[in-house]
Amino acid sequence: MNTTYNFAFFDEGSKREIRRATLKAIAIPGYQVPFASREMPIGRGWGTGGLQLTLSLIGMKDVLKVIDQGSDESVNAVNIKKLVSNTTGVEVTEHTSKATLIQSRHRIPEVPLTKEQILVLQVPLPEPLRYYEPSETETKKLHAEKEYSGAWLMLFEQIMKYGGMATGADHPVLVHDRYVMAPSPIPRFDNPKMNANEALILLGAGREKKVYAVPPYTKVVSLDFEDYLFQAEIFADKHCRICGQTDVFLDELVDELTDETVYQCNDTSNCLEKLNSVGVK
Amino acid sequence: MTDFEVPVLSVKNLNKQYGPGCLKCRGGESSSLVKNYCQVCGTVYACRNVSFDVFPGEVLGIVGESGSGKSTLMQCLYFDQEVTSGEAYVSDYENGEKNLFQESSQQQRYIRNHIMGKVYQNPLLGLRMNFSSIGNIAEKLIAAGNNHVGMMESRGTELLNKVHIPVHRRKEAPKNFSGGMQQRVQIAKALSNHPPLLLLDEVTTGLDLSVQASVLDLIKSLQRELGISIVLVSHDLGVIRMLADRTLVMLEGKVIEQGLTDQILEDPQQPYTQQLVHSLL
Repeated sequence: MNTTYNFAFFDEGSKREIRRATLKAIAIPGYQVPFASREMPIGRGWGTGGLQLTLSLIGMKDVLKVIDQGSDESVNAVNIKKLVSNTTGVEVTEHTSKATLIQSRHRIPEVPLTKEQILVLQVPLPEPLRYYEPSETETKKLHAEKEYSGAWLMLFEQIMKYGGMATGADHPVLVHDRYVMAPSPIPRFDNPKMNANEALILLGAGREKKVYAVPPYTKVVSLDFEDYLFQAEIFADKHCRICGQTDVFLDELVDELTDETVYQCNDTSNCLEKLNSVGVK
Repeated sequence: MTDFEVPVLSVKNLNKQYGPGCLKCRGGESSSLVKNYCQVCGTVYACRNVSFDVFPGEVLGIVGESGSGKSTLMQCLYFDQEVTSGEAYVSDYENGEKNLFQESSQQQRYIRNHIMGKVYQNPLLGLRMNFSSIGNIAEKLIAAGNNHVGMMESRGTELLNKVHIPVHRRKEAPKNFSGGMQQRVQIAKALSNHPPLLLLDEVTTGLDLSVQASVLDLIKSLQRELGISIVLVSHDLGVIRMLADRTLVMLEGKVIEQGLTDQILEDPQQPYTQQLVHSLL
């Protein structure tokens, strides 16, 4: 552990400021709270929002897990894990159920979260209405007046263009019947997991300097139309080629030599746990 | 039958000033003003004590030179700008008992979305140029509480038909359209939620004569067909003569003359109106 830094890299004042913004975010589910995003040893847009939340919350007894698009071992996840454990000395894990603090880039783990856990999501674009209205002043007004026709309009445009809602990720949700929120670019598959989740979900956007939250057991509804209902990605008749699971989010991989398409678990630690539980053949 | 018709829109003592005002200009009543501009504090009195009623199915024309406060008046009525003082009542909202300018911004948005339609002189203000034409119409329908794609699509198509936009171009963005077509999309958008009151701000200015004629023709026939009330601002007396039942003449922010359109055009009383009518080519 590197003791030349204060515990968890930040000075205590910074951590307190971020926690204060976090508390406000929890008090107003789905509302984007501005905060003084710090300079970090990693570039903005590489998870600084999530990292700042993690560092402000982490304590000696926490067990940390970091995921990057479902993987525990990708560069981004490994580096964030290194930074946090180097400046705190906390235990890191790959097992979702063992972790108390999970920082994730664009996935909610397959293993259901519990009320002992906090999920921190990294957010590139926190404003769900940004494409519809470029001005921050205006979008703030729209949120204040609960004027969300723009969010539905964007989905309507997709239906007109592509014949269906075409959000690959980041399908907007209505939180607690009040704020429309960008769920960070998690796949639609993960949207229903946000509804009434037992864990506290925090979302941090470092570049855009916003923090927002979905407190435990909060109602989260994905936006849709009466005749075009929200639908998660379906992997009918597909299963993970490694562990054989079917009801999980699968990556589609194309073998360029054989032109064969194969599917495999996106959540690597869940896949590994599944394999270990059946035992090696 | 009631003795008197109830006005659809009733405006009382509307004032709008840009600037703080000072002792010298005394709320715009001083004779030291240059037109409606105070040389001491730089305040512009754009609308001064404007009062009028619009009755069901009536077309009210407003004429005046540029800078006479016509557009400011329209912007105030559509809540694009805040009034300095004054009252406005709409019979379709709270039985016409509530002053619209005193309502919260959420309520004002409700009124805009449900009771009014507006066509701006500049289509950039009234349309989202990057969204499809049918999406632009859907925006207003969604804002008025619709959530059925099929219904909105058929309503949008029907309206675009009505304003002579070819069906196969309905999914194209208005930025690809000519000025006249954009103006017609705006009209379709404004009409989409059956507003009892339509505000038209210089709709034909800048269009060539044949397109002007077809847009005017369209407005006239839609107004007859749907029985909506229209407030029509123009500096073109030809437009006023063709469409308006009754006309107000504005000069330097004040209504200087009002009456039946024929009366105003055939027997103008005020020197400015006389000059205006006689300069008609």
